Amino acid sequence: MIQALVFYLFAAVAVASGVMVISARNPVHAVLFLILTFFNAAGLFLLAGAEFLAMVLVVVYVGAVAVLFLFVVMLLDINYLRLREGFLQYLPTGGLIGLILLAELVLVFGGWSFAPEAPLSVGSRTPDPSVMTNTEALGRLLYTDYFYLFQVAGLVLLVAMIGTILLTLRTRAGVRKQNIAAQVARTKAQSVEIRKVPSGGGI
Amino acid sequence: MSELPNFAPALPEIFIALSAVALLLLGVFRKDDSTQGISALAIVAMVLAGLLVPAASGGRTLTFSGMFVVDGFSVFAKLLVLLASGFTLAMAVNWLGREKLGRFEFPVLVLIATLGMMLMISANNLIALYLGLELQSLALYVLAAYQRDSGRATEAGLKYFVLGSLASGMLLYGATLIYGFAGSTSFDALAHSFQHGAPVGVIVGVVFVLTGLAFKISAVPFHMWTPDVYEGAPTPVTAFFAAGPKIAAFALLIRIMVGPFGELTHQWSQVVVFISVASMFLGAFGAIAQTNIKRLMAYSSIGHVGYALIGLAVGDQVGIRGVLIYLAIYLFMNVGTFAVILMMRQKGRLMEGIDDLAGFSKTHPMPALALAVFMLSMAGVPPLAGFFGKFYVFMAAVDKGYVTLAIIGVLTSVVSAFYYLRIIKIMYFDEPVEVLDHGTGKGLGLITAVNAILVAGFILAPSFLTSSAGTAAQALFGG
Repeated sequence: MIQALVFYLFAAVAVASGVMVISARNPVHAVLFLILTFFNAAGLFLLAGAEFLAMVLVVVYVGAVAVLFLFVVMLLDINYLRLREGFLQYLPTGGLIGLILLAELVLVFGGWSFAPEAPLSVGSRTPDPSVMTNTEALGRLLYTDYFYLFQVAGLVLLVAMIGTILLTLRTRAGVRKQNIAAQVARTKAQSVEIRKVPSGGGI
Repeated sequence: MSELPNFAPALPEIFIALSAVALLLLGVFRKDDSTQGISALAIVAMVLAGLLVPAASGGRTLTFSGMFVVDGFSVFAKLLVLLASGFTLAMAVNWLGREKLGRFEFPVLVLIATLGMMLMISANNLIALYLGLELQSLALYVLAAYQRDSGRATEAGLKYFVLGSLASGMLLYGATLIYGFAGSTSFDALAHSFQHGAPVGVIVGVVFVLTGLAFKISAVPFHMWTPDVYEGAPTPVTAFFAAGPKIAAFALLIRIMVGPFGELTHQWSQVVVFISVASMFLGAFGAIAQTNIKRLMAYSSIGHVGYALIGLAVGDQVGIRGVLIYLAIYLFMNVGTFAVILMMRQKGRLMEGIDDLAGFSKTHPMPALALAVFMLSMAGVPPLAGFFGKFYVFMAAVDKGYVTLAIIGVLTSVVSAFYYLRIIKIMYFDEPVEVLDHGTGKGLGLITAVNAILVAGFILAPSFLTSSAGTAAQALFGG
C-alpha cells in the first residue's frame, strides 16, 4: 500500500517535471527540472530493488551530466526565444511523426512475447535480491569474470584524459598563476622595504 | 571465492601498460625536456615486450575468463606490431626534436596505441575486441591531431575521429546483433553455436562487423578518410598509421572471420571478394593523379590491403599464411619508404611533393637507391620481397579456384607499377630543381638501410618468414 503510494508520488513528480523540462521558458529552470526528474527516477529504481542503478543515476547524471548541462546553458549565449520561433509551424509534422512512432511502439509491444526457449538460454541469472544485493552481484561479476574488460576500460579513460590535456592545455605567457610554494617561501627581506619618508615629501 | 586469473599469457601487455603509466608519471615530473629520453625508454619497453611475447605463449592459452587468447597467430602478429611501432617511434624521435614539438605524451600515446593493438590481436570476445580497438583508435585520433597548431593536422584528427567513431558504431551494432541472435560474446561459444549454420540476424551482424573493421584497414568502400588523414597528419604519425594499426586490424579481422565465423565462410567470402577487388582497383587508379607523396602512399596502402584481402577471401590456411607474409613484407616496405619521406627536407622544412624528389639520386644516392628498392618491391618486381608477398597470396587464390581474383590482382599491380616507376623516373632522370637538405638524421638512414636490406635480401632466406607465418596460420586452424 505504502509502496504503491510512494510509486505514484515519484512517478507523478517525474512525469510532471519531465514536462516542465521541455516547456520551461528559462533554460536554467529546465535543467533544474531535469535534475528533479533524475531524483524521482532514482526513487523509482530504489522501489524496484535496483539500488545500485539508483545511486549511479544520482552520482553520474545529477552530479556530473546535469551540472555540465547547467554550465553549458549558462556559458553559451543562445537566444532561446528565437529557437522557439516556428514551434507551431512545425507542430503538425512533428506531431504526426510522434503519432507514427507511438503506433509502431504499440504494435511492437502489443505482439511481444518471449520465445519459449529464450529463458533457458540465459547464461547467468540475476541472483535473488534477498540473498545478495545487486551492488554486490555486479561487483562480483565486474571484478572476477569481467576483470580484464574493467581494466582495459580504465586504460581507455586514461587515454581520453591524456588526449584532452595534450590537445587543449596551453601554457600561455603572461598568465598569473598562484604558486603556493613561492608564496610561503617569501621572507621578510624579499617583500618588505623600509624607507625614510620625509614629512610632506612623499616617495 | 574465485581464484586469480592466470596473468602469465598477458605478461607482455601488462608490461607495456605498466611502462606506459610509469613513463607518463616520469614525463609529468620531468616536464617537456624529457621527450627524447622517454621515447628511448618506450622503444626499450617495446623491445622487452617483444622478448616477452614468444616466452609468454605455449600452445593455445586462454585467460581472463576466456576473453584473452594467446597462440602462434597472436605471437606472430604481436611481433609484427611491436616491430612496426618501434620503427615508427624511432623515426618520430628525430622529427619531434627538429620540429620543436617534443611533448612527452607522444611516446606514451604510441605505447598505449601499441597496447591496444596487442589486445585486439589477443581478443577472444566481442567486448574485448571492441575495447582493444577503442584503446588503439582513441590514441590514434589524438596522435593525428598532435600538431595542434596546424590546421590540416587538426582537420585530419577530427575527420579520423568522426569517421572512426562511425565505424566503431557499425561494429558495435553488428556485435549486438550477433550477441542477440547467438546469446554469447565469447568467440569459442560463437564458433560452437554456428556449427550448423546461423540465423539471418547473425549474417547481418557479421556484415556490420566486417564493415567496421574494413574502415580500420581502409578497404574500399570505407577508405574515404585515408588520403586526407595520411596527408594531414604529421608524417611520422602517418608512418605509424600505415604500419601497426593496419596489421592489428587485419589480424583481428582474420581471427574473427576464421574463428567464430569460420563455418560461415560462404556467407562472408563474397563480401571480402568485393572489397578486395574494389580496393585493388581504387588503389591502382586513385594514386595515378596524386602529386603529394603521402596521399600516394595512402592510395598505395589501400591497394595493398586489397591484395592482402585476397588471402582472407580464400579463407583457408594457405590463404591466411599468404596474408601474414604479405603484411610482414608490407610492414618493412612501408616503414622504409616513410623513413625516406622523412628525410625529404628543404631548408629544414619537410617536403611532401613527388616533384621535390627530382634529381634525388644525384644529391642523395643511397636513400634514392633504397626508395627505388621499396618502390620496385611495392610494384611487385620479382627478386624483391614485394613480389613474394603477392606471389603467395595469388597462389593461394589460384589453388582454391579464385582465378579471376588473382588475375585482377595481377592486372591492377601492373597499373600500380606506373606510379611506383614514376617516382623512380623522377628521382633518377629529372634534374634537381632545389636540392634537399643533407644529413637529415643518422637514425633514419639506419632504419632505411635495414629495411632496404631486408626487402632486397628476402629472396636469400624466405623460409624464415614463410615458415613462421605458416605456423601462425596453422595455430588459427587448430592444427
